[in-house]
Amino acid sequence: MNSFQHDCQSSAGLARRQVVILTLALGILAGCGDPRNAERAVQQNAGSPLRTRLLTADQYTNSVAQVFGEDIAASILPPIPPMARKDGLLASGSAFVGVTSDQVSQIQQTAASIAAQVVDQDHRDFLIPCTPEATEAADSSCAALFLEQTGRLLFRRPLGESRLSDLVQIADYAAEQTGDFYDGLSLALEAMLISPDFIFIADRAEADPDAPGQLRLDAYSLASRISFLLWNAPPDDVLLREAEAGMLHTQRGLAGAVDRMLGSARLEAGVRAFFDDLMSFDEFNSLAKDPIVYPMVTGTTLEHAREQTLRTIVDHLVTRQADYRDLFTTRKTFMSMQLAAVYDTPAGEGWVPFEFEEEGPRLGLLTHVSFLAANSHSVRSSPTLRGKALRETFLCQRVPDPPPDVDFSSLEEAEDAATAKERLAVHNTNPSCAGCHLITDPMGLSLENFDGAGRFRETENGAPLDIAGELDGIFYKDIVGLAHATRNHPKLSACLINRLYAYGTGGPVSLRQDRDTLAEFEARFAKNGYELPTLLRDIALSDVFSRVRSEESEVRMMDSMRIKAPAERAESTMTLAGMENE
Amino acid sequence: MKKLEQTLSRRRFLRGTLKGGAVSVGLPLLNVFLNDNGTAYADGMPIPLRFGTWSWGLGMSEPIFVPKKTGANFDLPEEIVALAPVQEHLNLYTNFHVFKDDAPNLCHHSGWVVLRSGIAPTARANLPGETIDVSIARQIGNATRFRSLSATATGDVRDSFSYEGGNSVNTPEWSPLRFYQRLFGEGFQDPNASTFTPDPKVLVRQSALSAVQEEARKLEKSLGAEDRARLDQYFTGLRDLERRFDLQLTKPDPREACVVLEEPMDLPTGLDADLVATRHRMMTDLMLMAVACDQTRVFNMFYASAFSATTQPGYDKPHHTATHEEAVDPELGYQPYTSWYTRRAMEEWAYYVQALANFKEGDGSLLDNSFIYATTDQSFAKLHAIDGIPMFSAGTAGGRVKSGLHIDGGGSPGCRLGYTAQRLMGLEVDTWGDKSNTTSSEIGEILIT
Repeated sequence: MNSFQHDCQSSAGLARRQVVILTLALGILAGCGDPRNAERAVQQNAGSPLRTRLLTADQYTNSVAQVFGEDIAASILPPIPPMARKDGLLASGSAFVGVTSDQVSQIQQTAASIAAQVVDQDHRDFLIPCTPEATEAADSSCAALFLEQTGRLLFRRPLGESRLSDLVQIADYAAEQTGDFYDGLSLALEAMLISPDFIFIADRAEADPDAPGQLRLDAYSLASRISFLLWNAPPDDVLLREAEAGMLHTQRGLAGAVDRMLGSARLEAGVRAFFDDLMSFDEFNSLAKDPIVYPMVTGTTLEHAREQTLRTIVDHLVTRQADYRDLFTTRKTFMSMQLAAVYDTPAGEGWVPFEFEEEGPRLGLLTHVSFLAANSHSVRSSPTLRGKALRETFLCQRVPDPPPDVDFSSLEEAEDAATAKERLAVHNTNPSCAGCHLITDPMGLSLENFDGAGRFRETENGAPLDIAGELDGIFYKDIVGLAHATRNHPKLSACLINRLYAYGTGGPVSLRQDRDTLAEFEARFAKNGYELPTLLRDIALSDVFSRVRSEESEVRMMDSMRIKAPAERAESTMTLAGMENE
Repeated sequence: MKKLEQTLSRRRFLRGTLKGGAVSVGLPLLNVFLNDNGTAYADGMPIPLRFGTWSWGLGMSEPIFVPKKTGANFDLPEEIVALAPVQEHLNLYTNFHVFKDDAPNLCHHSGWVVLRSGIAPTARANLPGETIDVSIARQIGNATRFRSLSATATGDVRDSFSYEGGNSVNTPEWSPLRFYQRLFGEGFQDPNASTFTPDPKVLVRQSALSAVQEEARKLEKSLGAEDRARLDQYFTGLRDLERRFDLQLTKPDPREACVVLEEPMDLPTGLDADLVATRHRMMTDLMLMAVACDQTRVFNMFYASAFSATTQPGYDKPHHTATHEEAVDPELGYQPYTSWYTRRAMEEWAYYVQALANFKEGDGSLLDNSFIYATTDQSFAKLHAIDGIPMFSAGTAGGRVKSGLHIDGGGSPGCRLGYTAQRLMGLEVDTWGDKSNTTSSEIGEILIT
């Protein structure tokens, strides 16, 4: 069977949902086996640097759920520090965040809680693959079996012999000290759960036998990279077996593995995680609205707003394999009773498919309550925050911080302004403010038909709203126009690829080094109808995804950046027309 | 396994004693441990010194915040009138400056970063290096279960002014329930319990840590320099954990004010000022009980963030927005709504200080054995001013510091207070701060020599 046959047949054979199967197959037929072939001539600097990422909170939870079950995962709060958002993604911050001593103590406390549950009466029979000779004494064989199997899943690669031997000795010694085999096992498990091999996803490289002088990720690192990209979870047993068998370094084996994962229901969790991060939905963890101004908005309402958008994204991109750009114009969504009051529509129990009115003002993600409410103040809307979010989240443009030492006295004159537009007009009489507000406000003001909670309004304080605007040269008269201008913006798909590639490779892209790679992905994304699963497949199968950019080339790049520092500065500040620099 | 055996043999004295049973150690009555004047334990060991921080957002309305009088018995203008019940316990510092030098004035960022780290940031992404609480915890935080604790009243896990380094934040406790569980759940040893039962698991944990570190060192070899530094930091954390385990194997000293609290209810998210106050008081009560129980000697409480988004029900501007958009009332001479937010912050500062004073310890209170350093991010937030940034301290640091004073800094660096605090806590620092923020001058007016 050649690779063409294998790829196409494996897609058809493994996918779990018919729609996915069909579309994947069509995508593959259009360019079956092409991504790696297209990249055979690997650029010298292509690839990504070796990275050591801290597990994100969700990845920690997913790891625990995958190895020990959902109930144990739900019982703990992941002991992971908040990440600094780096080039739009918390996930990229995970390659830079440090772990303080206090955090390590939290990691240990959580490890103890997990380990105690794994061996308790409710779980031991199905989480521990053997029964000890006697519960009050050590049993090296049984301990070794459990620790070997569990350690492989937690560390995302097999334990070495000496490592396993050490852990078994800990279990035995602990059993002797406590007089209980299971207590002993839990203490050895604790040791694994505080090990950096679990807490950090550390890329490891090896020489690439097919490309002399170049490095590639070893099979287990590649397995982790693919798995966290597609599922936001560690490799499962099957993927680890494929890594162990060397299959991930063959085109055929890799395609088979990726197609199985794309066909899995777990893809949904991966796509949700990416968009949750991309859209800064972590804000919802502390978001609240003033109950006097917005009495219909409770914590549950806001939770449902987040869920509505994620459901819409998954339905659009995964279930229906639709064009990514249409997310910004689609009227299809889901509705719950808790959200219905904000949308001013009747609704029944539970989540149901819902379609916004054809001629109404709601279409696309920008008109979802999630986007509108998260990018507002607690007591009023904010055209500036909305415009900034649109540019930074979906177009990868960077809106500068407010300049220091701004004189805000003009704002006092805006105290009696009826609308945000009037207020901002006064604000923008200050030239140092106007520059940035002109970048954000025109499109933000177009969303002023929605208040700070995302509810529709005809007027603000009795004054009519002027929602005509402009987005990078495209003028429009209403929300529909803004939605289409966003949908058709030339940076929209490039931005998605930028973020997705960064998300997959564990850190921000380098536009200097990755420019060609990203352009190639974008061209194929367009050719394939802007379908996300096909893009994910393209990235995961690409040669560049597994290739390691050497430190030497990183240093060369940094040197060249230092030499060109003034130009670099000019580039980084130029521009909302271009994408942000790294 | 050689390594483990070697590790274990060092602790042979405990081997066998733990197996299959517990060691019970009878403890004497509490006050027996104190000397006659209540400042030290009978065996000569002093009552521990503690260091705390407290933070509020967006500075002050100078005309109604800064007292006319300096020194003792200073007047309390209306914005700080809530401090009256605790005035004797605190010092107010005004006319101290934060210097940005050639760095930009990063709105709501430069002020707190300088006061906590001594260094003016050059970009918003520049978080502080090591903050003052971390330096002090390294000095005085090694004898307790937690080297330091941080908590926020905002309910937002991202709100912390405690950093080990630019990329390493000490995550604050944000949920009262979770905080309670961390303090008084698994691993808590009641210092006043009549018996002491060493947990045999602790010994195993301690030994296992050595093996974990040894094996994981192999991982380090394959990493680049920056990642190696991050992993080294993790190993430092593991070594610190090992020391904490050591402490759990010894009987804790009794603490007269230590009482295990009832488990609290959790609170909804939100920044309504009443809700923030409720959360602040719950977190304060938990935090200070942890201090009273000697779970930690370094503690950070965060009332509001630098961009404080606290809200007043029905008013359309959160605190930060109000500072910029509200006009200064020409008759009053200040921004009334903005001042309302600052007054709420001062009420909570008063609660915090009073709560410390309420814990009896020896002949005095927990506050008497503490030094609390309270800072904000701006002086006049409307203009993002950092000149004349106000600060407070509370407590007398075990009789080393006078309280009840208003100190005029005369335009000297605000870092002097942080420098003074470090010296009080026993750090041998000759200078602190960078460029114009550098100081080697303590605030002598408050020191008892």
